[in-house]
Amino acid sequence: MSDKQRPVKRKKRPMTPKRKEQSRREFLRSSVLAAGMIGVSMLGYVPVLQGTSLRLRPPGALKTPDDEQQFYASCIKCGQCVQVCPVEAIKLADLLDGFGIGVPYIDAREQACDFSCDGLQCVLACPTGALTHDLDYPADTRMGFARLARPKACLAMQGKGFKGQARGADYRGLLRYEEIDRWNPIPVSEHPYDLEICDLCVRQCPIEIRITQCEAAESEKTDQPVARVAQQMGNACPPEHAITLEPLDQGDGVVRMKPVVQEGCVGCGVCEMICPVESAAIVVDLDKNADTVKES
Amino acid sequence: MSYIKDSIAHLIGNKIPRPSKQQQSAEVQAIYAGKKGKLSKADVEAVRHAHKSTFLSKWQKRRWATLIMVNLLFVASFYFDVQLVEGALTGARVMGFHFADLNAALQVVLAYKHIVLNLVIGIVTVFLMWLLLGGRTFCSWVCPYHLLSEWAEYLHLWLVKKRLIKNHTFNRKVRIVFYLVFALLALVTGYTVFETISPTGILSRALIYGPGLALVWVGLLLLFEIFYSRRAWCRYVCPIGVTYGAVGLLSPVRVKYNAEACHHEGDCRKVCLVPHVLELTIRSGARDVNQDVSSDCTRCGMCVDVCPTDSLTYEVKGLSKMLK
Repeated sequence: MSDKQRPVKRKKRPMTPKRKEQSRREFLRSSVLAAGMIGVSMLGYVPVLQGTSLRLRPPGALKTPDDEQQFYASCIKCGQCVQVCPVEAIKLADLLDGFGIGVPYIDAREQACDFSCDGLQCVLACPTGALTHDLDYPADTRMGFARLARPKACLAMQGKGFKGQARGADYRGLLRYEEIDRWNPIPVSEHPYDLEICDLCVRQCPIEIRITQCEAAESEKTDQPVARVAQQMGNACPPEHAITLEPLDQGDGVVRMKPVVQEGCVGCGVCEMICPVESAAIVVDLDKNADTVKES
Repeated sequence: MSYIKDSIAHLIGNKIPRPSKQQQSAEVQAIYAGKKGKLSKADVEAVRHAHKSTFLSKWQKRRWATLIMVNLLFVASFYFDVQLVEGALTGARVMGFHFADLNAALQVVLAYKHIVLNLVIGIVTVFLMWLLLGGRTFCSWVCPYHLLSEWAEYLHLWLVKKRLIKNHTFNRKVRIVFYLVFALLALVTGYTVFETISPTGILSRALIYGPGLALVWVGLLLLFEIFYSRRAWCRYVCPIGVTYGAVGLLSPVRVKYNAEACHHEGDCRKVCLVPHVLELTIRSGARDVNQDVSSDCTRCGMCVDVCPTDSLTYEVKGLSKMLK
């Protein structure tokens, strides 16, 4: 009997209307699932197209001022750059950055990159070359370009000095002060200033600090083979100026100074970070860098 | 060879037809014939009850411990700054040596269309590691989403038992469609599209670098699995599983099925994340007395734990012969 039933069953099974209906529904469900998931993932395009995912990126990021596609593509979203940064400047972007999720960025006002690792540790840590290894020295970096956004708020422009903690007692940002600790950055709040005229953006600029070091080294040594080797390697010493203070005469007898961003600016954001005015008088623009400024 | 054939069929979502008599060995046919009429319901039930299955069984305990340990290693390494395991599950450096998740690396290579040496090293290392350890072993022994999903599954099964909800299945072919579409999207758009929604990457980063809004997406996935479709992400969507499943094609670490003592009661298929790989445990479903479970298996060991007759066991191909 069972022998007779089996072939009948086998023929019937795929034919039952109920099964047919079930598989039709399953197919529909699966199509909706596919469309839904792919649709959701493609929503990641929206912030990219709108440009809302554009951010200040760590040194060496594979990007042009207005196109971060290569950077998103090459980044494996692992955060190894986050882990090596001594000032903890690097964060990973969240869901609202769409395709930029998990990609590192820097919020300069909160904590800028002050190159206190010296060797561009984030670049060395990057496993995919999203932070390109073509970059060897801080002065080669092209993160953005600083701009005095609110000249009227600038203390130096008003001829004012600055006394106290640059960003208040509660500010948790770090900077390296070589005269205090060559190797370890300390909280900005533990390093109060007393300045006759505010020059924090120039004083703390990593490029300007480097220039001072180079000049000091040069005056100490009469013959300078080391510096020449460094120059050949692309580590120009001193590098080009990034920001300078220039006297400003408004004819009212007040000593005023104007911070002027120079072509050596790498856009690291330390000036934006340290500016004691709320909100910062000087900011880093993303749509420019030293190269594009030199071209135009 | 048939292992590879079966595995590919399962990975692309095909159903493997039951073997015909010609495809079965004489030994296994004899075993099936010998069981006819011998397995009374009462006997089977007795053995089932004698086999104590606890909530946290042997392999599950080991697996959860391993999964939590591996993920905590990432967290602790960063928290205490010991640089033991740097990075996240998508890409890491273990004591200075590069590791790259194969699927994340694939997305990067397709989107970026360029590959640096460090990434090659990371890919080769991880490929060799999972080749030795079983491929989809990554899923059940490492992936943090798997653990959350496992917990959600208990909730789902409870709700189904209470008849509050119904499970909805999808066509398993949809997973390979996802795989191809996400690969194509990376290639065409130049963005790592899948990474945007990958709960593995999101969870790993959230654990290490702190929680974010992206966890809402993971929560939605879990809700979908609890109320609508059991283990939907791992079963029907995740390309990471397909990638590691492909690695498992060549891996010696497998789950082996022995038809001799099997009662064919199907307890293993009830606990399995990918029950189609266990269809060979259905009566006259195996081609031979001993047959390996295909590489779509995540080597989680739930079936090994639940099997009342020890018909399913872990094996390391070649090694067990050497030990004998």
